[in-house]
Formats: sequence, structure tokens, C-alpha cells
Amino acid sequence: MTNAPAIQATNLSKNYKELTALDQVNLALEPNRIYGLLGRNGAGKTTLMSILTGQGFANQGTVKIFGHNPYEHDATLSRMCFIRESQKYPDDFRANQAFKAAALFYENWDEDLARELIEAFRLPVKRRIKKLSRGQLSAVGVIIGLASRAEITFFDEPYLGLDAVARQIFYDRLVEDFATHPRTIVLSSHLIDEVANLLEHVVVIDAGKIVIDEEAESLRGAAVTVTGNAEKVAEFIGSYPVLHRDALGSLASISIRTRLSQAERARAAELGLELSPVSLQQLVVRSAMGTEDNDTSDVNVEAMK
Amino acid sequence: MIDDSKPIFMQIAELIESDIVSGVLAEESQVPSTNEFAAFYRINPATAAKGVNRLVENGLLYKKRGIGMFVAQGARHQLLEARRHQFHEQYIRPLTAEASKLGIGTQELITMIQTSAHTDVNGQGSVIND
Repeated sequence: MTNAPAIQATNLSKNYKELTALDQVNLALEPNRIYGLLGRNGAGKTTLMSILTGQGFANQGTVKIFGHNPYEHDATLSRMCFIRESQKYPDDFRANQAFKAAALFYENWDEDLARELIEAFRLPVKRRIKKLSRGQLSAVGVIIGLASRAEITFFDEPYLGLDAVARQIFYDRLVEDFATHPRTIVLSSHLIDEVANLLEHVVVIDAGKIVIDEEAESLRGAAVTVTGNAEKVAEFIGSYPVLHRDALGSLASISIRTRLSQAERARAAELGLELSPVSLQQLVVRSAMGTEDNDTSDVNVEAMK
Repeated sequence: MIDDSKPIFMQIAELIESDIVSGVLAEESQVPSTNEFAAFYRINPATAAKGVNRLVENGLLYKKRGIGMFVAQGARHQLLEARRHQFHEQYIRPLTAEASKLGIGTQELITMIQTSAHTDVNGQGSVIND
């Protein structure tokens, strides 16, 4: 890789009393790429983004943003935009006041883009933010995140309350604007299937540890589900690493982490086995569940599905 | 459309290849830009670029500086040749393997293929006559 990292985290650890939120996290994110930061609730995604943007402290380790420690470093902070899931605005602010403030802070702010987005999301800009619906509040964040055109933009679960149409507007505008104005985007999401195709690189965090840090393209097709007669499935999968097993009577469905060769596919057909691709979402769910043994936090599996 | 079975850049490359083979993208015609592919399939522009670049490396597309990507002269022929080579692996080999499993002899298989090809031709003919 020739690019100097936009974001470099070294040995980051963070504890809240006895809870370890981040455990020796090492991460290097290159400029001008779209990253997915995926993981279950309570895995440490928001904690990590807070520390990377200088809004939180690590107990240990260092953060470098374009080579600088971001904490109270104005020149670095104005190059970053962090849209929190529960972004707070001053109590009597209206949406258009929030946009004005953002325009002052972010030097790349694009007023035309902001206007287009306001129209697309049908946001009532003169209403007090307090009175906006959850979806409208998310739209305010999305608009600031996109129109700020900050060199590094973090979106933490940006779509809460947004309906399917509004989420699609967000993804479409993100791709469109990224194509003409490349920058580093970190998208934290539960809705992995929805964003999977937008991501270039995937970071999965579980119980404060990075469990996957890989190119999205190398994860795609890197696992396969084999379904059929249990004995034949067992025979076929041999010693490949197993991500998941399901059984129903004499029928088995086992997901394995491997890329099958043409010959193996032919053999599966001969054995009467069915092969189906494992989506990024399933792969992440399986990977996150695999490290569960020493996990005592009250994270919710359902939230990932 | 795009699915999870293999890397997206390969799927983009294959989609363009199919369009070249079927003639939707004629030789010397301009292919959509990577940003257009990205917006249409809702994929990362870098991924779309990787798919397009793969075809440039294979000599199927070429770049006109400042204008865009174009289908190279002879691209269709090149792809048809490649597919002919694959035809044996993808169709003939499994066909003969299955035939021998079922005890169908070579001569019988040839007769079956001839009958099938004959019916296909007739089938098409009757559609045209209607």
C-alpha cells in the first residue's frame, strides 16, 4: 500500500470500570475509501469512533489522524465529521441553524448539495430539531455528513428511523458524491446486506477486538453453504473451517469458510449437494458469534439479523 | 444483477463481456463510466473501476484519454474464442461424464446430440414460419 494511512490506531484499549470496551485495537485506514465498521450492539464501534475523532479518551494506545493526535487539535478536527447515532443539537436549534453552523465549521461544505438533500429527504428545516421525528433527525445527520465533504466522515448507524426510500436516497447519494469527491468514509451499520456492495473494506469488531479486517471483495464468495444428506455433507466439507451448522433430521446445512474450486463444485453436484453463497452479513454474524466464549456483555444477537 | 457468489469486480467484468458478446456493446463504442456503473449497480466506484480495468488489461477495452473507455477492435472475436475453449470444460466434460454413468455409449450420445440439434433448428424454423 503506497498511501499513508488517514487513520492509524495503535494498541487502543478502553475500559469502563470492569468492562473492556476496546482491547488492543490496531487499525490503519487508507484515505479515499469506504470502510464498513460492523459488529453487534455493544461491540465497541461507537467507542472506537469517539476516540478516533478526539471526542473520547483511550486508557492506552495512540491515534494518529493524518499523522496528528486529533485531541484538541483544531486543524485536524475540522477535517473530520462524526455523525453520531444520537447526535445532540442545542435545544432550540432548527435544522437550518444546524446546517449554518456546519457550513461555518467545514471548509468543504457544499450548500447546493445540502439543499438538494433537504429536498430529497423532505426535511422541514424551520421546525425545531427537538420536534423532528426520529427519521427526520437522522436525515439532519446524513445531510451534514454528506454536505460537509470532510476528508474523513464517520456515520454511526445513520439510518435509524429512516424508511426504506430514505435509506436508498442516502446510499445513492453517498455513492454518487463519493465518486466525484473521494474521501474516507467509515460507515458503522447493522444493516450489513444493505451496505455490503458499497464497502471496499470491512472491519468487524466484537467484544472490543477486531475479528475481521479484510477487503470486501476478498470476503465475497469466501464462504459457501453446503446443503444435503448429512453424511455426504460431512464427507464433502472435510476439514474446512466451519462457520455454522444446521441440521434437520438426515438433512444438514453447513457453512464453510473456503472458496471452492471448479472441481469441488462438480463433486458437490455429483454428491447431490446444493451450494449457496454466504452473504457478507451471514459471514459477519458467524464470525462475531464465533468469539462468543468469553463474552459476558449483554449483547443482542437478534439485532444483527 | 450483483450477487454474493463472487467478487463484484468479476461480476462487473462478466456483465460487460456478455454485452460485448451479445453485441449490445459494439466494437469501438463507448462503455459506461465507472461512476455510472457504480451508481447503476449501487456499488463502490473503486470496485467498478477494478472490473473495467481487468478488461483493459485483457485488451478488450481501451482508454481514450479524457473521453472514456471503448470496446477494442476484435474484442468480440477474442471473447468468443475464449468461450469456445471453456465450452469443453463447462458442457462437454460433464455431459460425457454423466453419459458414461448412465451407460450411454459414444455413438448413442452423438445420435442424441444430432437429434437434439435437428429439433432445435426445426423448432426455430417453425417459429419463423408462423
